[in-house]
Amino acid sequence: MDTKKMAIIATKGTLDWAYPPFILASTAAALGYETQIFFTFYGLQLVRKDLSGLKVSPLGNPGMPMKMPFGPKWFKSINWNMPNAIQSLVPGYETVATSLMKMTIANNGVATIPDLRSLCQEAEVKFIACQMTVELFGFEHSDFIDGLEYGGAATFFEFAGETDICLFI
Amino acid sequence: MNFDKELDARGLNCPLPILRAKKALAEVASGQVLKILSTDPGSVKDFAAFAKQTGNELLSTAEAGGEFTFFMKKK
Repeated sequence: MDTKKMAIIATKGTLDWAYPPFILASTAAALGYETQIFFTFYGLQLVRKDLSGLKVSPLGNPGMPMKMPFGPKWFKSINWNMPNAIQSLVPGYETVATSLMKMTIANNGVATIPDLRSLCQEAEVKFIACQMTVELFGFEHSDFIDGLEYGGAATFFEFAGETDICLFI
Repeated sequence: MNFDKELDARGLNCPLPILRAKKALAEVASGQVLKILSTDPGSVKDFAAFAKQTGNELLSTAEAGGEFTFFMKKK
């Protein structure tokens, strides 16, 4: 039987949207898929050496519940959603929301993004960074983790054209 | 049931139980049995799907008090 293949285009650079590409890629690798992720535009944030800049924003994100990761059950179940106009005025709102999200992630036994990324690398998921966006955003190759390959759309299609599953995230 | 290796994936959430199981299976020989403990309710369907796609055999699935126990035989 031929090895199954999966390709993902990762285009988002926030903490929440960092999860789908790394979860799917690591799981695909565990299921025996040959897997590649092509990081482009904001997705480049996911392959930087320093991942501490990944944040989650409740601003303009009505799907995001704002719940406290600590305290008694009744307290944790309160949804603290604020109107956008107020969120935008409070300095550090995003930073606070991000630390709360990280606590929630830890409380639920969900892996961190640095861990999931390492698991992908251990499982030999191939990471390709879009060279055009690297230049467009003024990044240096030294900003990114080792083991990245740099390429463009044609590089992506070379592998994507042979895949069983191909996702845009 | 007899087993050759045990994996404690309690408290871990998707996709970690599967990833840890994959790793643990790599450490046993073909035909040996891995016992997996999990608290993730999603892992019930996930381990069945994992077995189906990788060819490892899911010998049994059991639940008791919110804990799941799986026995998986390596291909």
